[in-house]
Amino acid sequence: MIDFKEKSTELALLFLALSSIASLALITIFIIAEGVPVISKVGIINFLFGTEWAPSLGKYGILPMIVGSISVTLVALVIAVPTALCCAIFLVELSPRFLASIVRPAIQVLAGIPSVVYGFWGLIFIVPFIRNYLGGPGFSILAGSIILAIMTLPTIISIAEDALRALPPSYKEGSLALGTTQWQTIVSLQIPAARSGITAAIVLGMGRAIGETMAVIMVLGNAVALPKSILDPARTLTTNIGIEMGYASGEHQQALFATGIVLLIIIMILNSIAQYAARRR
Amino acid sequence: MQLNKVDVVNVQGGGSSAGIKSVETGTANIGMSSRELTPDEQGLTVIPIAIDGIALILHPSNPLQNLSLAQIRDIYTGKIKNWDSVGGPNWQIHLVTREEGSGTRSAFSDLVMSGSQIYPGAIVQDSNGAVRQVIAGDKAAIGYISLGLVDNEVKALNIDGITPSKDTILNHDYKFWRRFLFLVKGQETPPEKQFIDFVLSSDGQALLSREGLVPISAVSGGTSSP
Repeated sequence: MIDFKEKSTELALLFLALSSIASLALITIFIIAEGVPVISKVGIINFLFGTEWAPSLGKYGILPMIVGSISVTLVALVIAVPTALCCAIFLVELSPRFLASIVRPAIQVLAGIPSVVYGFWGLIFIVPFIRNYLGGPGFSILAGSIILAIMTLPTIISIAEDALRALPPSYKEGSLALGTTQWQTIVSLQIPAARSGITAAIVLGMGRAIGETMAVIMVLGNAVALPKSILDPARTLTTNIGIEMGYASGEHQQALFATGIVLLIIIMILNSIAQYAARRR
Repeated sequence: MQLNKVDVVNVQGGGSSAGIKSVETGTANIGMSSRELTPDEQGLTVIPIAIDGIALILHPSNPLQNLSLAQIRDIYTGKIKNWDSVGGPNWQIHLVTREEGSGTRSAFSDLVMSGSQIYPGAIVQDSNGAVRQVIAGDKAAIGYISLGLVDNEVKALNIDGITPSKDTILNHDYKFWRRFLFLVKGQETPPEKQFIDFVLSSDGQALLSREGLVPISAVSGGTSSP
């Protein structure tokens, strides 16, 4: 009887575990099945490197969106990574206990704010600010990057913090015993030693930035042209799907699924890099 | 609601394609669309219910009142880049358009652009309200929305000297409009027919008119696609 109980529990857990993987597999298969016909019709090279996106004319080139995604993400990382690293180091090494007990929950709150709220805030404050003080229409790569930088901060900070905390105390003790200053210990010992965890933090932040849709739709301007400066409007892979989904039909809709395939592949690559980086010591 | 207290009509948003698809798949009894059906969407019964003007809108502080159709086309193809080329102030033009597949965009392309492509660097917003909000906040922007949604935050532009309004649409002076459609699959069921008849009745059309639309019954030739 006990044996039966044990076996049935085991089976139930196995079933539940498999069902989550099965839903992932179903989604992937569905996206691929919907998207592949358009890619094979247009040709993979024309699809990935075509600069013209005009579904009503049967033109499906997503290079502007790929460039858009990459540039928005890179500018966001340029803003977020130094900030987040400094914050993580501060929390682990320098912060008085009471300050950390305020800063850490505040960062958690940052992670909990819905993306549409970030987007709305950007639309009301950042877009007019850029339009009035830096020029251009305001809807721009810079506006999207600022929003994404704030949104990726919690991810990067908490993982980098864990990586720094996981270092054996003997490293720091040994370094200080050799007569280095605290600054030298942080820069030349602790950051290099936590390198793999910090890399994983950055890559996961990057994945968060590339996948974000709602917030960037509202501030990016969504133009389908190759941007020339960070003050130009741009469109990312996710916003291409998000903005055209409502009215797309037939081949146009399949092309949006094909955009999803490209996105899926990019995110899978980023996740494997993050896992590889985290495992390496 | 005061007239028909018993029946419940559930309304769901999502855009024209969602409206067309949901009636095709049988999810909805009646689909609504602001664009005409594409060749591969045939097989549905199309019931036009109203006509909606499309207005070009500017920020109220832009001194321009009128543009010719050719000037608008040159602005939207990206040929004209500054308001001073059309007699306005020396501001860089910020173009705002709708996303591919939008009913408003396809009507704008057919009526105004007549085959020319909209400048790809234009800002794309995914609803009439979003376009209006951008124009209301940016003195150098131009966009197009449903005439019924023009409010005092933005200014509707005269085209070739003609003010967009219900009257100018009715007397065929203002040419920029599209149809709003109801779609049904096959034969209408009695409740569907009851609802459609209500919308097409004088009470229903009066309600649409109050929302800024032109009743379909008032327009000669309105029942054929533009």
